[in-house]
Amino acid sequence: MATLQQQQQGRDRIRLALLLTPGLLWLVLFFALPLVIIFVYSFMTNDALGRVVYQPTLDNYITVFTQSLYINAYWRSIWTSVLTTVICLLIGYPLAVFIARSPQQWRMPLLMLILIPFWTNFLVRIYAWQIILANNGIINGFLELIGVGRLPLLNNEGATLIGLIYGELPFMVLPLYAAIDRFDFTLMEAAADLGANKIQAFLRIMLPMTMPGIVAGSVLVFIPTLGQFVVSELLGGAKVDYLGNLIQRLFLRANPINWPLGSAMAVLMMIVLLVLIMLYFRATTEEER
Amino acid sequence: MIKTAPATTTAARMQTAFSEGRLTWSGLALTVFSILVYLFLYAPIIVLVVFSFTRDEFGVRWTGFTLDWYIRLFNNPRMMGAAWNTLVVATVSTIVSTIIGTLLAMAMERYRFRGRNAMEGLIYLPIVVPEIVMAVALLAFSAIVFDLIKLATGETLRRSLTTVTIGHIAFSISFVVVVVRTSLKNFDRRLEEAAADLGADSWNTFWRITFPLILPGIVGGALLAFTLSLDDFIISLFLSGPGTSLLPVEVYNRVRRAVTPEINAISTLMLILSMALVALSQLLQRRR
Repeated sequence: MATLQQQQQGRDRIRLALLLTPGLLWLVLFFALPLVIIFVYSFMTNDALGRVVYQPTLDNYITVFTQSLYINAYWRSIWTSVLTTVICLLIGYPLAVFIARSPQQWRMPLLMLILIPFWTNFLVRIYAWQIILANNGIINGFLELIGVGRLPLLNNEGATLIGLIYGELPFMVLPLYAAIDRFDFTLMEAAADLGANKIQAFLRIMLPMTMPGIVAGSVLVFIPTLGQFVVSELLGGAKVDYLGNLIQRLFLRANPINWPLGSAMAVLMMIVLLVLIMLYFRATTEEER
Repeated sequence: MIKTAPATTTAARMQTAFSEGRLTWSGLALTVFSILVYLFLYAPIIVLVVFSFTRDEFGVRWTGFTLDWYIRLFNNPRMMGAAWNTLVVATVSTIVSTIIGTLLAMAMERYRFRGRNAMEGLIYLPIVVPEIVMAVALLAFSAIVFDLIKLATGETLRRSLTTVTIGHIAFSISFVVVVVRTSLKNFDRRLEEAAADLGADSWNTFWRITFPLILPGIVGGALLAFTLSLDDFIISLFLSGPGTSLLPVEVYNRVRRAVTPEINAISTLMLILSMALVALSQLLQRRR
């Protein structure tokens, strides 16, 4: 009997290996290893032709920390991402409540209406705002009609922010809806019966209980926003540099290109992201207690 | 006011709320607000579609109906080539990532093994790493591999559709795993035990019981992978080489120069494709 069992165990092990190996190989080779490479690159030197020279240095990090071009890009990107996340949350939460509180037969269609932009090409959705905000576009046409005259709506940081909020809002609403849909609204009535006013009931019952949705939505919005470069290029007119713009330039377009410096920026961006998300998790779980 | 019985249904809750005069104003405000948000979400999409039919050469004003931009689009070999490339990359990436992802999901859901937590991390990391980081990392990696190949064989390789496809598979696998695992979690394992009791070997059990039952999950994962690949811009931009353009990259390059109704037309077509995919995935979910 023991041999039979051993045979079974052996077969199980082979089966597990067959299931795991392709995915493990792919993810190690085409995801983990490349990340290790840019980490190593971030400590290397660049020559005048834009080639990577294998000579260890801390210069890239020093450059990022001392030159205002790079520091400002970090602050601008972090600040814009925080702002985008907060505004998406302020818009998305009431919307998710509205969907969750709608009559049963309306919920799926309303959610579908969120899903369609969610599945639609991000670039296309951002591009659509160029048409709306253009100098001779529909908003300016309307403003001219009512006598206000044309306004420079496109190619500024306001347009970038609108594009980011528009692009990321579905990513906020979906996890929020999942959390709020599970929330038992009779608890709010119970709180009211026990003498809590609406704000107290919201802050002490509903907010903590829907916190997982808030955290998930915020992370989903914050991560792509921090590294974006398309929105600031298409709607912001590429007037100011965000992190993504600089990294993209250093890797693809700068003359000469500078992969080590770009790698250092990318590595630092990951560190910023990790630290901020950890702080955020800590803050939100403490609130729950 | 003392409530005698808890309101159970939404309708009953709303009725008590209305009779107490609590819901009216805040409820109305919430409804109006939500309608405005939906307008905000859809206005650009509607504008895009409408302005793909305008005669205006900048595509930002309505000056009459025309189909010219669609005709021009279909006669533009560059655009059509990019569209074809995009579909090829998406198809290959979907097939490979769905197979690899489903296998991984089975391993993670059905087996306990050493290093399982590390594997879990490796699977979910691509979802939380910003795409631009993944893109530059793959770019650097491909450059090193090309250098090594040149050293070893003397052959010069360039970034191509292959490099793009490899990148798309790398980020799609994680999403497929997430979707397929959900359907494996909801799976009643007693069905497999029953099949085994009735004498089916594990190969038969998988193909006759497990596979048909998790198929909606696999198809859902495949559809997600397909959409992710179609929509991807960042990895496509960094990993595609000269002459092997993909649709989002082509759109980006042209939009940066000028807005033209031709772009509105291609965007409209991409939009319709996305909507068809959403409809398909919803249909499949309903059947489940």
